[in-house]
Amino acid sequence: MIDQQASSSPRGDAVPPSTDGLVLDRVAIRLAGRQLLALDHRVAPGDTLTVMGPSGSGKSTLFAFVAGFLDPAFEAVGRVCLNGRDLTLLPPRCRRVGLLFQDALLLPHMSVGDNLLFALPANVKGSRQRRAAAEAMLSDVGLAGHFSRDPATLSGGQAARVALARTLLAKPEALLLDEPFARLDQDLRATIRDLVFQTIRARKIPAVLVTHDPADAQAAGSALVEIGSGEGTTV
Amino acid sequence: MPHSVSPKALKLFGVRSSTALREHQNKSAGFPGLPRHGAALVVYGIAALFAVPVGIGLIGVLLPAFGYMPALGGRALSLEPVRALLAEPGLVTSVLLSLASGLITTAVAVVGVALFLAAFYDTAGHRLAQRALAPLLAVPHAAAAFGLAFLIAPSGLIFRVLARIFGFDRPPDLLIIGDPWGLAMMAGLVAKEMPFLILVAFAALPQADPTRRMRLSASLGHGRILGFLLAVWPGVYRQIRLPVLAVAAYASGVVDVALILGPSTPAPLAVRLVTWMNDPDLSLHFMASAGAVLQLLVTGLVLVLWLCGERLAARLRHRIGIGGRRLAEDHWLRLLSAVPVALAGGAVAFGLVWLSLWSIAGFWSFPDIFPPSFNFSTWSRVITSLGGPMATSFIVAIASATAALGLVVVLLEARRRQFGAAAGQKLRLPPLVAALIYLPLIVPQIAFVSGLQVTILALRLEPSILMLSGVHLIFVAPYVALALADPWFALDPRYEQIAASLGHGPIRTLFRVRLPMLTRPVLTALAIGIATSVGQYLPTILIGAGRLPTITTEAVALASGGNRRVIGAYALLQMLLPFLAFSLSGSLPRLLLRRRGAMKPR
Repeated sequence: MIDQQASSSPRGDAVPPSTDGLVLDRVAIRLAGRQLLALDHRVAPGDTLTVMGPSGSGKSTLFAFVAGFLDPAFEAVGRVCLNGRDLTLLPPRCRRVGLLFQDALLLPHMSVGDNLLFALPANVKGSRQRRAAAEAMLSDVGLAGHFSRDPATLSGGQAARVALARTLLAKPEALLLDEPFARLDQDLRATIRDLVFQTIRARKIPAVLVTHDPADAQAAGSALVEIGSGEGTTV
Repeated sequence: MPHSVSPKALKLFGVRSSTALREHQNKSAGFPGLPRHGAALVVYGIAALFAVPVGIGLIGVLLPAFGYMPALGGRALSLEPVRALLAEPGLVTSVLLSLASGLITTAVAVVGVALFLAAFYDTAGHRLAQRALAPLLAVPHAAAAFGLAFLIAPSGLIFRVLARIFGFDRPPDLLIIGDPWGLAMMAGLVAKEMPFLILVAFAALPQADPTRRMRLSASLGHGRILGFLLAVWPGVYRQIRLPVLAVAAYASGVVDVALILGPSTPAPLAVRLVTWMNDPDLSLHFMASAGAVLQLLVTGLVLVLWLCGERLAARLRHRIGIGGRRLAEDHWLRLLSAVPVALAGGAVAFGLVWLSLWSIAGFWSFPDIFPPSFNFSTWSRVITSLGGPMATSFIVAIASATAALGLVVVLLEARRRQFGAAAGQKLRLPPLVAALIYLPLIVPQIAFVSGLQVTILALRLEPSILMLSGVHLIFVAPYVALALADPWFALDPRYEQIAASLGHGPIRTLFRVRLPMLTRPVLTALAIGIATSVGQYLPTILIGAGRLPTITTEAVALASGGNRRVIGAYALLQMLLPFLAFSLSGSLPRLLLRRRGAMKPR
């Protein structure tokens, strides 16, 4: 059962930005004078806010806004706060928001291990420790022993797991998921979906999932926001 | 309970103004350390850097053309240089040759490329052409011209084969090289420009959506060739228009190919200008400058006529399109369509084989097809005397191509960042920036390089490797930009979004993500830049003032000597560096990324 109102604050009553989790504080985005969406919402640690809507409704725009990539053509108001930090004016690299897309987007010129080491923060010192951390993460996603593999030789499911491992290694405080299961076949989709949501809950990371698939929303199991084209936003 | 927030209510929210956010968006989209306007400044600044020398050069030509050049005693404006120019015998013929060369060369090359793509898009022929392109592009103009000359001369390969068949034992008494109509010169230019146009057309093809459009036209009953020409080619041509105009401008003002294959009584206008500019009688400089202005007008006329021709072609295409013809049976035309490209590629390839044979041939009389004996005496002579020009060619080519690559990378990256990290596939260079970058290719070299030479003389600067590299950079940069812009903008921006989300800054992302992922196009662009620099004749001869000979200037200087063995050796040496560069651009990524399946060319 999806609770559509689980974490929404009452209208006009702002969620305190200092709260733990990801707070979309009275966010509204417009393009050329047309309002694409308006949202006021808190995603608690370990919860996932699912955003659904037809193509062009502004799902990816919301994703870009939270990640810090919003095109200047869009007009945005409101704030994004993460565990009490105001991210709104921070560059993407300082936000600690991990991204997962529908393609794994592993860097094709690096091995699986190098992709993971690329994500590992510099404060993990020493090549042995760094490799150990990367291998442990690979093991966590069920890919022990794949450190030296070429990303091109991985199956879709394996690539998705490596992408998740890479994202988690950077120790994100929030996750943005842009239809991350859309390219996977039916059986694999359920497996990876479970892995992702279990990880989110286990690590208590607030997440925003953008999807077309009601099954994804069902699996996410918490708040659902439907955004539509036109003037307003429906929650 | 559903709720919506109206724009009015949003104003009441008002904890963070949209202005502050917008400023932040503008800033974060910009070049590292610069706001978005800074990125725009970088884009226009670098483009202007490539175009400013053209402006300076044009001023440096215009003033002496009207008698003003204090260094040579011209202290007042006058029409005397123009009068002297108009009194030159054979001037009209020279102008007509330049005009015809610009128009005919471009028309044959463009039609040949269009027909080839129409007949062979997505076939084995297409893939073969893709593979053969790099070595063909590596051949400098002068080397290709020598190769063609060795093939079509009365004592060349073609007549030796004909002599075997028809039984004659002396070369026919025909004026083929240097014919008064300039046909051999135009053939040489077509052979060299066609691979270049195929390269840019290949890059433009994906944006023209050829597969779906051809399927659509086939479903309407069109034959392959007509379907491509009506449905796909206009989309390709729109994108390659600037390179086509560059070919027209180059062909109307060409010097090196004209010196090797062109007529001499009279020669095309640009060749005569170089002769006057290098004349020990410095007073001829005024007339040469007036001639450079005339060359500018001739090239301008070529471009105007070409643009008129474009309109006529569009009307013709429209008529055919609405006329209902389908040309469904076009097998014969498909075969014919291979001829121009095959002839061009074959002429360059066979010519080079022939050059290499000559360079090691002993006594080789007509009509023997192969030399009866071989020796390396020519090479041993050539190599001992060529150290200086080879070193100059290498240093200038590597310096100018590397600098051009660096500047183009900064320009493209700044352009991309003007539109934020989400900018991707649909991004292009703005028309003004493209015009500024390609200006040195549209304005005839002779018209502004001679002006640059005058400016350098006026500033009492001595020719140096650095200066020569700087001038080469002007001609190298447009080709590097042409080769790199599309792949640069086509890379999926989400890779960089992921890198940023992992905590990496823009510079690290550039060096760890973008550049490694674009290894192949970056190295290809560098190789094209090196080949362009090695092939520069006119800028080298004018800016170097004869004191900085390169392998190309030495090779062209040999054209009048007629020693085929030495010419063969020089032409091959001219190809050495570009060939090395293209080989490395192909093999290095293969070697470095041999374990990375996704990085292999498809």
